[in-house]
Amino acid sequence: MKKNGFLFQMKKGILDENPVLVQLLGMCPTLALTTQVSNAIGMGLAATVVLICSNLLISLLRHIIPKQVRIAAFIVIISGFVTAVELLMKAYLFELYQSLGIFLSLIVVNCIILARAEAYASKNKPLPSAVDGLASGLGFTFALIIMAVVREVLGSGTILGYDITFGVFEPAMMIAQPAGAFITLGMIIAVVQKIKNRSSDKERHERLVKAEPKRREEVK
Amino acid sequence: MNFSEILLLMFGAILVENFIFSQFFGCCPFLGVSDKPANAIGMGMAVTFVIALSGAVTWAVYYFLLLPFELEYLRTIAFILVIAALVQFIEMFLRKFIPALYSSLGIYLPLITTNCAVLASAINIIERNYSFVEGVSYGLAAGLGFTLAIVVFAGVRARLEIAHPPRAFRGFPITLIAAGLLAMAFSAFSGVSLG
Repeated sequence: MKKNGFLFQMKKGILDENPVLVQLLGMCPTLALTTQVSNAIGMGLAATVVLICSNLLISLLRHIIPKQVRIAAFIVIISGFVTAVELLMKAYLFELYQSLGIFLSLIVVNCIILARAEAYASKNKPLPSAVDGLASGLGFTFALIIMAVVREVLGSGTILGYDITFGVFEPAMMIAQPAGAFITLGMIIAVVQKIKNRSSDKERHERLVKAEPKRREEVK
Repeated sequence: MNFSEILLLMFGAILVENFIFSQFFGCCPFLGVSDKPANAIGMGMAVTFVIALSGAVTWAVYYFLLLPFELEYLRTIAFILVIAALVQFIEMFLRKFIPALYSSLGIYLPLITTNCAVLASAINIIERNYSFVEGVSYGLAAGLGFTLAIVVFAGVRARLEIAHPPRAFRGFPITLIAAGLLAMAFSAFSGVSLG
């Protein structure tokens, strides 16, 4: 895989440096909008559109924006795109607009978007910046969908609105409530850390196995 | 609007609709700054102050500027600009006139611009058609609810420091699960009906 190639950037944004699961950014929408898979997809794609557009524009303007006021300039650019997405969604996807509610406006203060603007778009050329926005946005969407699948299946016994309990199990209401959001995210990040620690866990295990006979000698 | 109704509204915003545990506004600073009780109190006070003040200013901006000129669609941009300018202004004011307060709250102020609790409360005040007094009390109560959550949670985290969870759960995951347990306690308030 070519470094800085399209696929490399996509893999980095979605898996290696996933904004939610690895960098732990953008917690509010991740916790609030994952009771249903449809909301998670809608929120993820709205944020992705804003990320691509804002990264592209900030990258184009990166030599014009003065260093001292860059954060304010970024926020104005981002809120402009958020307003555009808000108005478009109100016109064409009114149901989704209503179920996302205030969190659509809150994309403005989503740390993922400001972080990508500051860390990547303000230092790189327009095309790679747009790809970076796409990758981070899809990474965010991916994390939201994982959360939402777990919470919708366990919490309401449905997926995308279709009942899948078949009368076999009773959905646990708690998972769909705020408490369940925190606990589910904690569990998912624990799984991610387990995967990340895989190699160091193995080393630790081998070291302990090697040290075991010596330790037994000492105990004797 | 009489005094008891204002009190009920504030009670609702602090406990029943707690910003962290039932609405998820301001989770980033909640998880980031709650490692020590002293920091948590500082952050909570700074957020409460900014939410109440920006609630008042954005209310005025909306009803005296955006509404008469039919610019409601600029609400998000106008509010985030007002909040950013206000935070900057508060920082300069405190540094110049109340240095003692600045030295304790100053470091939290730059973080507050991107705290979604502030923008969320400003938008909620408009969406729910609150009057000026109701809006300011709602903002104040939302900030107090945030402070309550973050201070209580800082106490829980002090205990987590000495706990010994499995390796994969160390750090962030166990913090989130503790927050979930606390949210369970707060969900008991959701049964309280007001009014």
